[in-house]
Amino acid sequence: MMNRDIFIRAFTLVFIGVLAIGPMLFESYYKELVMHMMVLGIFAMSLDLLIGFTGLVSFGHAAFFGVAGYLLAIVTPEAEPISIFISLPFCLGGAALAALVIGWFSVRTSGIYFIMITLAFAQMLFYYFNENQDLGGSDGIFIFNKPLFGWGETKLLDLDNPDVLYYLIFASLIGTYLLLRTILNAPFGKVIKGIKANEHRTQALGFNTQRYKLVAFVLAGTLAGFAGYLEAITTGIVSPGHLHWHHSGEVMMLVILGGMGTLFGPVLGAFALELLRDNFQDMTQHWHLYQGIFIILIVLLLPNGIASLANLFGKKQEVPVEEAATEKEEQKS
Amino acid sequence: MDFTTFLIQALNGIQYGFLLFLVASGLTLIFGIMGIINLAHGAFYMLGAYITYWLIGYTGNLAIAIALGLVIMVVVGYAIERLAISFLYSRDHLHQVLLTYGLILILNELQKIFWGTDFYSVPVPDMLKGGIQMTDNQSYPYYRLFISLVCMIVAAGLYLLISKTKLGMMIRAGASNREMTQALGINVNGIFAIVFSLGAALAAFSGMVGSPVSSVFPGMGDEILIISFVVVVIGGIGSVKGAFVGAMIIGLADTFGTVLLPEFASVVVYAVMAMILLWRPQGLFGKA
Amino acid sequence: MSDVILKTENLSKQFGALAAVDSVTIDFLKGQVHAIIGPNGAGKTTLINLLSGDLPPTQGTIKYKDQDITTLGPHEVSMLGIGRSYQKTNIFPEFTCLENCWLGAQSRQGSSMRFIKPAAKITAIRERAENALELARLTHRMETPASMMSYGEQRQLEIAMMLATEPDLLLLDEPLAGMGTEEAGKVIELIKDLAKNHTVILIEHDMDAVFAVAEALTVMVNGNRLKTGTPQEIRESKEVQEAYLGDDEEDAA
Repeated sequence: MMNRDIFIRAFTLVFIGVLAIGPMLFESYYKELVMHMMVLGIFAMSLDLLIGFTGLVSFGHAAFFGVAGYLLAIVTPEAEPISIFISLPFCLGGAALAALVIGWFSVRTSGIYFIMITLAFAQMLFYYFNENQDLGGSDGIFIFNKPLFGWGETKLLDLDNPDVLYYLIFASLIGTYLLLRTILNAPFGKVIKGIKANEHRTQALGFNTQRYKLVAFVLAGTLAGFAGYLEAITTGIVSPGHLHWHHSGEVMMLVILGGMGTLFGPVLGAFALELLRDNFQDMTQHWHLYQGIFIILIVLLLPNGIASLANLFGKKQEVPVEEAATEKEEQKS
Repeated sequence: MDFTTFLIQALNGIQYGFLLFLVASGLTLIFGIMGIINLAHGAFYMLGAYITYWLIGYTGNLAIAIALGLVIMVVVGYAIERLAISFLYSRDHLHQVLLTYGLILILNELQKIFWGTDFYSVPVPDMLKGGIQMTDNQSYPYYRLFISLVCMIVAAGLYLLISKTKLGMMIRAGASNREMTQALGINVNGIFAIVFSLGAALAAFSGMVGSPVSSVFPGMGDEILIISFVVVVIGGIGSVKGAFVGAMIIGLADTFGTVLLPEFASVVVYAVMAMILLWRPQGLFGKA
Repeated sequence: MSDVILKTENLSKQFGALAAVDSVTIDFLKGQVHAIIGPNGAGKTTLINLLSGDLPPTQGTIKYKDQDITTLGPHEVSMLGIGRSYQKTNIFPEFTCLENCWLGAQSRQGSSMRFIKPAAKITAIRERAENALELARLTHRMETPASMMSYGEQRQLEIAMMLATEPDLLLLDEPLAGMGTEEAGKVIELIKDLAKNHTVILIEHDMDAVFAVAEALTVMVNGNRLKTGTPQEIRESKEVQEAYLGDDEEDAA
């Protein structure tokens, strides 16, 4: 009989299965779209760590996505590719550093202040890149060569081959999910969840919550940078728009749309929204209007996101209070 | 820089500060009293400017356009409060942010549908054209002084409203303790509608009166929104006094920053915010 | 038994012009149950907030086992072995009772900046949490979501969470708040039990409870320490009767 957990497991398997044979199913347009969706999924999961698990509503998350992309553009020479084993750590390090600085200021505040401050700092970075003519200004900058998956003369994987790139991104999506699951199950994750549930009590139980929030912020920012890096490789161009707060708003919308605090939900949200956008953007010039209406409807009608639709298949297994009580009483005697 | 340039920049900074204050005060009041973060607040500024441009086409007179425009904006503000914002009172910040973000998308797109993507200019009224001669080749426009004057009057009016009238007292009570105010039989929802419409009108007025100077263009709402956030954060959420001080600081910092450090012009404002936050994370007049 | 485990010297907390706690000097003895009583607004909760690090004092010092802890924040105070329960129930409502005690137990297991090994596999944490639940007589509720429990059980959980941090000194802020007689009786037994191995500082309005468990009493009025003494001394003191016990008759649960 179908129940919630079985449904979730089955759905996940089918989803991953379809993605895994993607290059065989999709022709190049859709292959690229799916790659973009997977990258967006990584981006969304990184924000879910903050919003859904730590309770930090960051409205400047796109800044880290964009910073990593720009760093790749800066560090990629015109004539030849740079090794991914150099550029990736570099770009991730840059995103982490940006997250550390912005996080350090932001985490000392909470609630509305936090939202506004993260928004403001991200916008500051947007303006910096938008006005920096050396980096292409508002047009952005090209990445002339995809990174070399190898070093020197040795090429382990050919990233110019779209199928190879597809699988690299696919592996990154799965890997990011597993990494986040591991971290959330570890002692660190317990503290984070405690902070979201009741930060004051978590503090009173012995945890320096500010430090934990900062670490979560940096982790999330680094993963956002990872997504930005992958996006930059895929499209070959980085522009200030990647750091604009509209981009931050969109990824936030994905997280809520998908179902925050589930990790998987935001990935679903990413796919759903991109599918919608792909279909409707050609039909109308005013996609943003519909997007806006759509967001409002979701907030009002489905506040726990698409993932909560799984509840149609039954509630999460909970032991009723009386049963548990009588069971234990019996065990005692 | 010489004294005249300094004076001109200072006057510009103050004038910009006043315009910012009108927008930020609405934002901080709405948050302080209703507990709602309204991202679409910048859209009111934008709508004010566009409606002015549109009405001037019909009436040819800035003052009439502004007066009519204000009436329209109060109605729009009230409608949005009843139809969208009122659903947010029991929701958390995240949902508020998202819903009002959706509102921005809708309003921005509606603006493009009605008025297109061009930049428009609003003419300075004949009566206020020209300026004060400061040196042989520099004059300071009368209209800019007019903006500061008008905003000062509005600010004074706001202060009187909040601190001296019965409505103001109810507003302050609602800000300080919503449940108690409700328990005393005061129609808190009615007050919320008033506060929201007032905030929208203030932002719209800022857009209207500033339009001859700043032009009317898509995205102007987003721009002023972020800066208003900075002002509110610096001043302390819920504090109108803080919004005033913050607006002046930012107005002057941005103006002088653009002149003294042109490569870092946009960044100056955020650097100021960061420094103030280092010292007082709750803002200058915010509650600890 | 008679060394001083916690001492405050001229401890004060000003809120603007109001001195919520005014130059309070108290010695708390190790292993004792020391109750702090007084009319509403006497400054009792503010005092406990100062002791637990939730509020910074404006003046004065707090010393725990001869270490100056005046400026420490709540997490540092907790790590020193001082546990706190709150008057207004301060739990994790969506978590089960076991999960509620988990973080407290985990905090004593070395650094939580660990990212790989699942926390659930660390048996020492689980044992510590289960132990705390047992001490608070909530073992049968281990897997129950806290929000589904009765108010009285939630107050027990409030104490269990604190016990999971294995404190030496317990700061209990009105543990019996809002309880009926039967529920209160359970918690009083619990406190008596805990008193065997812990030092307890207790704020309470329920005078029956106070006289049942306390070995020392401090009476506070208007932010000042009026008198400290044995329950007998306090009961017989004229000043105390005038200042306080007369008002309190209505407050007794």
